[in-house]
Amino acid sequence: MLDHSESYVTEDGRTIGGVVMEMKNITLRFGGVVAIKDISFDIREGEIRAIIGPNGAGKSSMLNVISGFYNPQEGDVYYKGALRPPMKPYQVARLGIARTFQNIALFEGMTVLDNIMTGRLNHMKAGLFAQALWKGKAEAEEVANREVVEKIIDFLEIQSIRKTPVGRLPYGLKKRVELARALAAEPSILLLDEPMAGMNVEEKEDMSRFILDVNDEFGTTIALIEHDMGVVMDLSDRVVVMDYGKKIGDGTPDEVRNNQAVIDAYLGVSHD
Amino acid sequence: MSQLSQATQGLASIPALLNRNVAQFGDKPAYREKEFGIWQSWTWAEAAEEIEALALGFLELGVAEGDFIAIIGRNRPYFYWTMVAAQMVGAIPVPVYQDSAAEEMAYVLGHCGAKYVVAEDQEQVDKVIDVQDQLTEFDQMIYLDPRGMRKYDHSKLHQFSALQDQGRSAKDKHSADIQARVDALTYDSTCVMLYTSGTTGKPKGVVLSNRNIIESAKNACEFDKLGADEEILAYLPMAWVGDFIFSIGQAYWSGFCTNCPESAETMMTDLREIGPTYYFAPPRVFENQLTNVMIRMEDAGQLKRWLFKRFMAHAKKVGGQILDGGDVSASDRLMYALGNALVYGPLKDTLGFGRVRVGYTAGEAIGPEIFEFYRSLGINLKQLYGQTEASVFITLQPDGEVRADTVGVPAPDVEIKIDDKGEIFYRSPGVFVEYYKNADSTASTKDGEGWVATGDAGFFEENTGHLRIIDRAKDVGQMADGAMFAPKYVENKLKFYPDILEAVLFGSGRDRCVAFINIDLTAVGNWAERNNIAYASYQELAGHPRVLDTIQQHVETVNKSVAEDPMLSGCQIHRFLVLHKELDADDGEMTRTRKVRRAIVADKFKDLVDALYDGSAEVSTTTEVTYEDGRKGAISATLSLRDAAVVPTAAHKVAAE
Repeated sequence: MLDHSESYVTEDGRTIGGVVMEMKNITLRFGGVVAIKDISFDIREGEIRAIIGPNGAGKSSMLNVISGFYNPQEGDVYYKGALRPPMKPYQVARLGIARTFQNIALFEGMTVLDNIMTGRLNHMKAGLFAQALWKGKAEAEEVANREVVEKIIDFLEIQSIRKTPVGRLPYGLKKRVELARALAAEPSILLLDEPMAGMNVEEKEDMSRFILDVNDEFGTTIALIEHDMGVVMDLSDRVVVMDYGKKIGDGTPDEVRNNQAVIDAYLGVSHD
Repeated sequence: MSQLSQATQGLASIPALLNRNVAQFGDKPAYREKEFGIWQSWTWAEAAEEIEALALGFLELGVAEGDFIAIIGRNRPYFYWTMVAAQMVGAIPVPVYQDSAAEEMAYVLGHCGAKYVVAEDQEQVDKVIDVQDQLTEFDQMIYLDPRGMRKYDHSKLHQFSALQDQGRSAKDKHSADIQARVDALTYDSTCVMLYTSGTTGKPKGVVLSNRNIIESAKNACEFDKLGADEEILAYLPMAWVGDFIFSIGQAYWSGFCTNCPESAETMMTDLREIGPTYYFAPPRVFENQLTNVMIRMEDAGQLKRWLFKRFMAHAKKVGGQILDGGDVSASDRLMYALGNALVYGPLKDTLGFGRVRVGYTAGEAIGPEIFEFYRSLGINLKQLYGQTEASVFITLQPDGEVRADTVGVPAPDVEIKIDDKGEIFYRSPGVFVEYYKNADSTASTKDGEGWVATGDAGFFEENTGHLRIIDRAKDVGQMADGAMFAPKYVENKLKFYPDILEAVLFGSGRDRCVAFINIDLTAVGNWAERNNIAYASYQELAGHPRVLDTIQQHVETVNKSVAEDPMLSGCQIHRFLVLHKELDADDGEMTRTRKVRRAIVADKFKDLVDALYDGSAEVSTTTEVTYEDGRKGAISATLSLRDAAVVPTAAHKVAAE
């Protein structure tokens, strides 16, 4: 296994920094069901980190732990070197962690633009009263936020649907709008829950391109869950493999691909 | 020729016009582009500064006089600046179709020996890098959008803005050189080189001089009284002569503003926001817009549908005449005014045509029904007849003399003659210099006295003096019994139906005509949705029996209409099929300007044509397709062939005699 303790430069010229988030011996239970069992791994600054595994392996639970939606019964989460106490999701969002959802969680009746603007919530400081009157600070703030949002719209090439209500969009575009909203928060870590689920090959290629570009242009650290092995192996710098709540592999795509436990999990070997 | 230069007040180059515009209209917007949701604008003075900075940057790169600079990108102010900056340093701009596949690009870049390429983004840069081994002259590349470009080897790559910055800081070093190069430009210097789209064979590089462009632009501006306050939307391919004439030639001559859309997909919204006063589009754009209107009306409520039908019928009756200042009764005028308030006005506004004073369509013949639709709304849509080799303008329709079946009178300073075979020849100040590196083609197209063969057949109407184009001389043929075969005429009738995107008629040298039809996925898909017809792909929809039924009705209606013209009644469609794929420029079936390449289609789908003639009811076929990234694949399909009812006509035989 490569030594990844120091920052290094990838083959394609990106710099991967030190550890930004670390999971230490995480165990998550729902009643008697153990969703995650004693898992440890880290996420490094600037990398694309994938979490893969068969259905029911606990991937989404893991992502929910990272996003603060679940608080694990055991184990610690370290963020930027400090222990992260149990938090509400909105508090985690303020730390600079944004996410998308497997089942798309957009406001269907609102336009694409307004949906993305909601991603700027943590960057709006003006009070309710000022916002309602749209005077002074509130106005300047909205202009500044709109500029950020417009740059994201440009980046994700969704100018033509700026004013379209999200409910009228096809699935692939909704996924892209969700990514835009997450980016609007200017996160330092972006969590993507099955960004390519249900997409056709062309949409997958587009989305892969955008994920790589986000990572490359903004230097955003990305953690993603994905079913499509081809996509994962192409995109990621490092991969964590889960099966039945346990970690069965961790390393570069090549290392994971040749890991016997991973092969067994995917090809189906009887579990003891 | 010096007196001609005087006619344009000694303004003998585009950079010279730029200087004049800065002096005359310095604070007026010259360019606008929508970016980040806002219309950004540059005045003539600001544009001139940007252009100069780039020209200085070109000198820093070592651009020499006579070098070719290829430009690959969609309509953006930066690329228009690039063309003028290239001219300032004595180089020759060569805009290239940005949707060309890498091999097509390799041909053009190789043929002109472009030393420099200015490309829009990573996608275009990658295409050039893919083929650079085939390009012996190619040296440096400049890109506009830095996204994804950071990891590239920058020894021969430059960012557009960085090059401008380099230029700005080297201003003192080069300003004398730039001045000398601009001063050296004459009326005979090459202004631009444009590649023809090539309905047959390889594209040819048409060399156009400053005289060609400036005189043509000036004449056309005077013909339609275009002034500095016009607004145009630049959305047609930059490699096409039309865009060059409108967005550079006429814009610089008149000093009006060129607006660039945010992206290809937002074009309709941007068109509406800008509300151009001078507008140009090939028939295809008008067809698409009409299709969209019809689809939206199908989805509208009953009252709206009734209003639309009622008032469009009235517009059809009197709209065109009112526009032409004809004799229309007061009650009809009142009714039209009401229609304008309720239907035509809002519709024009939605289409973005609310302010259009002069609109043109050209490139190929527009279906009369489509043409009349826009005219009846009160949009001053006119036809012109032009070619790359003529710097566009050969004939134009004057206001008040607009008809669907003619292309107007000779443009100012254009002479036209028609030879005994019916082919149209013209001579004008706009006539091209030569086909680059192709003396044979130049000689066979342009004779010693400057007459250019158009390859089109036509005649002047005796009473009006308007030119009528019959068809491309190459396309017009004879059927086995000697009757005239004019495919475009029939195809345009078919294309009036929103369901039909494209049609190709066969019948030259045969005893009857057959046709290929392409359905319009938007229109037919919408219809399928409303009728609960499930389909998984274009192919499946195209082969659906109910779709075929609808198309058959259209074909039979067209047959009836064709039968009314005794000359052309032989062109009725006896059998047809609906193609399993859209005709596509990537597959070579169309030109980049979306004209059908008949010979290639006939050859590629020979099995289908044969099946239409041998009477079989079904045919299985496999077709090669090219994906956008250049990869190849194949699709197979079983198509059902249909017989269409034709109107028996005695006139058919008469025409044959």
